[in-house]
Amino acid sequence: MKRICLLAAAATLFAAPALAQDTITIGMTASQTGPLNVDSLGLQRGAEMWRDEVNAAGGIKAGGKSYQVKFVVYDDQSVGGRVQQLYTRLINEDGAQFLFSPYSSGLTAAAAVISEQYGKIMIDGGGAEAKPFELGNKYLFMVITQANYYLSGAVEALAQKAPHAKIAMIYSDDPFSKAVLAAAKDQAIKAGLEVVMDESYAPSTTDFGPIVNKVISSNADAVLGGGHYSDGATLARQMYDQKANMKWVSLLVAPADDKFADLGPAALGVTAPSQWETQVSYKPQFGPTAQQFIKAYQDKYNAKPDYHAAAGYSQGAILQHAIEQAGSVDLEQVTAALNAIDVTTFFGRVKFATDPGHHGLQDAHEMVLAQWQQMTDGKLGRQVVWPDAAKSADLIYPIPPATH
Amino acid sequence: MPPVPAAASQPPTNMLGILASIIDGVLVGLVYGLAAMGLTLIWGVMDVINLTHGAMIVAGMFALYLLVSALGINPYVALPPVLIGGFFVGLALYWIAIHRMIGRPPLMSLLSTFAVNLVLIGIGTGIWGTALFNVAVSLPGVSFGRYTFPGAHILAAVLAAVIAAALYLFLQKTRIGKALRAVANNREAAELVGIPTTRLLAIAVGCGVALAGVSGVLIGTLFPFTVLSGDGYQLKGFIVTVLGGFGNPVGALLGGVALGLLEGIVTPFVPVSWTLVIEFVLFVLVLIAFPGGIFSTRRGAL
Repeated sequence: MKRICLLAAAATLFAAPALAQDTITIGMTASQTGPLNVDSLGLQRGAEMWRDEVNAAGGIKAGGKSYQVKFVVYDDQSVGGRVQQLYTRLINEDGAQFLFSPYSSGLTAAAAVISEQYGKIMIDGGGAEAKPFELGNKYLFMVITQANYYLSGAVEALAQKAPHAKIAMIYSDDPFSKAVLAAAKDQAIKAGLEVVMDESYAPSTTDFGPIVNKVISSNADAVLGGGHYSDGATLARQMYDQKANMKWVSLLVAPADDKFADLGPAALGVTAPSQWETQVSYKPQFGPTAQQFIKAYQDKYNAKPDYHAAAGYSQGAILQHAIEQAGSVDLEQVTAALNAIDVTTFFGRVKFATDPGHHGLQDAHEMVLAQWQQMTDGKLGRQVVWPDAAKSADLIYPIPPATH
Repeated sequence: MPPVPAAASQPPTNMLGILASIIDGVLVGLVYGLAAMGLTLIWGVMDVINLTHGAMIVAGMFALYLLVSALGINPYVALPPVLIGGFFVGLALYWIAIHRMIGRPPLMSLLSTFAVNLVLIGIGTGIWGTALFNVAVSLPGVSFGRYTFPGAHILAAVLAAVIAAALYLFLQKTRIGKALRAVANNREAAELVGIPTTRLLAIAVGCGVALAGVSGVLIGTLFPFTVLSGDGYQLKGFIVTVLGGFGNPVGALLGGVALGLLEGIVTPFVPVSWTLVIEFVLFVLVLIAFPGGIFSTRRGAL
């Protein structure tokens, strides 16, 4: 037995360099189980679709070589403590040369500690909080819009429709949601809106009954908040069940997912800040158009892509572009190429901040505001309602009161 | 920078809102109480803490989801089949995880039921993942002022009270119920007078799991749920059980109401993120003041 092990070890020693010549190993964790599972799935699928397309097209071409892309993916169970072990393992045992972020700001911040410590480039398509980018990290790059701008569109649109709106902010007690709502509060006050309630709840909350009553007591007519999928969907359902009759509801993450339609009439009128919607029409400089991406994704997974899927694909597309520009997989050369990137793909424009105080933070990508509306076929669907230049339908304000 | 409006720092709390929170707390508390009754029944009869309780609640939720989505039935019609199915699942659980642990140190049954719990959660995660499932219930609610009690909350509370009353009558009036109480009180003496104790222990677990299942159905009509939701409700079950006195089903129901009341009363007055902290502080204080629970009875007096 011992001899077999030794033989196997020797074999891998010899085999490894031969493989490394034409393979790029990318490591990531995904929340395949646990509360972040719904959103994380899209991110992982988007990334895997990019990988399969690249490999089918002959791999990433750089410096006269073609590199096939190999993924190593572990389930982090939505738990921060698992992430650091797994990223260490990805780097040390699986030989990952590049990393993709896990889903959510909390897990990404944890993973970034490891990626920087080992000097690996990590493309972040799953964590929008700006804080890890203010720590002087050199190899961390965010392809999505950062948390501070998540609700800017919602605040702007609300201020235009109802200049004297009273806002209740009720959000999950996690780093991402807190960062988003803190920024939104400043923006709302600057826009002349009144914030009448500002509270966070434990992410594990399952009964929002007393909280919804508190929102009603605050005399608010607009709600901004939510967190991730489970809590946001539950909050939306209970606001409807208890006839809170808010004129405006913007929730993070949950309504940007197609599963939100399960809530039926409780979904109607809810708005979601979104990194990307199927209706957007950016002109890509390379890679698929939005239509091609949507079709390929539907063919592969039999589901409509959400913004997490688009962000997952973008992680790969941007890394690929940087490697091709650098003509090498060398750490410093690819980093320099990422620093210089300013491109538009189907996902929108991507450019990274390069000043030391915010290095790697997304500087150009813009979000849209989507609203759940009755589509022409009678089903519920999301329409882009903001900004005006990108809209696919008119914003419905106020949300019609609950009728049950 | 424009001045921050005064209302931002002090959200108005009015009496109606507080009352609404309290009443809703009692409604939901009755359902928590029902869930805890299953836990406390098993403990009362055989001193076993059933750590599959959360998983059984989730099984009830998913039975509800499957019956409603596959057959299109009214959600409440799912109660009888879950009650009966839960009983037989409980019998199986007794033979698999508990029977051989009776009379051995409590840690053994704790571990064996925990192991079954992990297996069940693992199977559930394999089939459904950990996505959120929602069973929409459209019942007219009762509104006063701007506050509304959803119809589902009211009906769930009524049904929980009815099921709890039925359990009470079962324990007090039927031969099996009396035998169960005898076994809880003194197993050896019960055996000496010819009560088949092993069969009764199995029945007790069957009843406990059936209660977990039906409370899962009721909770499933109130809130969306995932495969992992059981942990939270199991924790609430422990709190309720300790409040109500271990091994005392009626106390468990009262303990549930007490927990619901507490959540209803605390939320309007403190920032929401402090609710849990205050709940647990009060919980510890109750433990110090009443080590046997507020509604504790004599040990073994099921």
